[in-house]
Amino acid sequence: MIPEILTFGDKGFGDELLRGAQFTLFIAASAYIIGIMLGLLGASAKLYGGLVSRGIAAVYTTIVRSVPEVVLILILYFFGTRGINTLLGLVGFGPIEVNGTLAAILVLGVVQGAYHTEVFRAAIQAVPVGQIEAGKAFGMGGLQLFRRVTGPAMLPNAIPGLSNLWLVVIKDTALVAVVGNYELLSTTASAAAFTKRYMLFFLTTGLIYLIITLISSYFIGILERRYRRGQTSLA
Amino acid sequence: MNWTWFPEYAPQLLQGLWLTVQLLVLSMVFGMILAVPVGLVQVTGPKWLGAISKGYCTLMRGTPLLVQLWLLYFGLGSVFAAYPEIRQSSLWPILREGYFYAILAFTLNEAGYGGEIMRGAFLSVPKGELEAARAFGMSPWKVLVRVWLPRAVRNVLPTLAGETVLMLKATPLAATVTVMDVFGVILRVRQNTYLTYEPLITAAIIYMVLTFIVTRAFGHIERQVPIRR
Repeated sequence: MIPEILTFGDKGFGDELLRGAQFTLFIAASAYIIGIMLGLLGASAKLYGGLVSRGIAAVYTTIVRSVPEVVLILILYFFGTRGINTLLGLVGFGPIEVNGTLAAILVLGVVQGAYHTEVFRAAIQAVPVGQIEAGKAFGMGGLQLFRRVTGPAMLPNAIPGLSNLWLVVIKDTALVAVVGNYELLSTTASAAAFTKRYMLFFLTTGLIYLIITLISSYFIGILERRYRRGQTSLA
Repeated sequence: MNWTWFPEYAPQLLQGLWLTVQLLVLSMVFGMILAVPVGLVQVTGPKWLGAISKGYCTLMRGTPLLVQLWLLYFGLGSVFAAYPEIRQSSLWPILREGYFYAILAFTLNEAGYGGEIMRGAFLSVPKGELEAARAFGMSPWKVLVRVWLPRAVRNVLPTLAGETVLMLKATPLAATVTVMDVFGVILRVRQNTYLTYEPLITAAIIYMVLTFIVTRAFGHIERQVPIRR
């Protein structure tokens, strides 16, 4: 039933595609985690920061959200590579070849961070001020307040935005194919060009992405129901 | 920073800008025209048609646009090229252009995302207004054209603004299928001048300005039709 060209082993590209899908998931997950960390930083800068950090966060989110991802990926890819080598040069190491996968993760993470910033900012703002004030009245401050009050209280508000961004980052990994990599789409493109079976390969890859997003959506649904438990439904 | 290339490539960039605007406007317009029925049949009409629409939206929203574009350009394109009848037909000059496939892919993609938006938009119109329209003796078609659609579109104008910005940010993908839009010209500059940052920064600035214009334009339209909250 499966054409020989898609089987595993020497004759087929099945194992190559599977490895590509693994790379895609790995890049997406790592970039997502970096994005969450940058997003929390950005949101706290926007909400509680001084003039300078607020300004930096505003410039960051504005630029990242208004420049096409492809352009950003190219800029950050070259900028990041040179930046790392300049830093290494300062401490006396020679230039290194920056790993394409690492670059992809960092670049997508920076792009995701801007969107996460907005998600977290909105989610934190939706937490009733009284709850945060109550936490402060108990003498909590800074990280403790976030860990015990603001964090858990804002999470249900952030979950829809966060799950949406997970689906976005999976689809954004495809853009890394423009700078060449080993993720799913690049692998597909070279396999298709090699065998000239364009239709077959791109359809297969589309199906793999679809399966990944559908499985993700299923778990997101469970997660959303869990975090919304005990709250009155909106509909 | 080296900007000596800029005067030489400025006319090409201007042409690229025109192509980018064409890609954006044509795919948004065609896409939204398709999105209206895609959204509508999910709210009303036969169940099986709604199921097909929903499946279509899932398909378009669940796969990367770049895969869709390459599937059409390389996949469909190579299928077309295999048939001499098509290659000799008068449509071939259009069917071999990346521009055609870019518009096709963006339109179909936008129909998926827009369909989901329009589904919500149709649901957001208060039932009483539709009943009032029917009580005036309007036919279902007239209810749609005079009441349901205008109210639905007005409700989602801010979402459509965001959607247009997303589409604008997707247009540079057309450069991967030989379209010389802004990004295509920028890639050519990079190739010819061996400069890394200057062309890319130019591209970033151009797209930021375009984003600003799109947001401003939609803000203007929204103010034309104030909404009572």
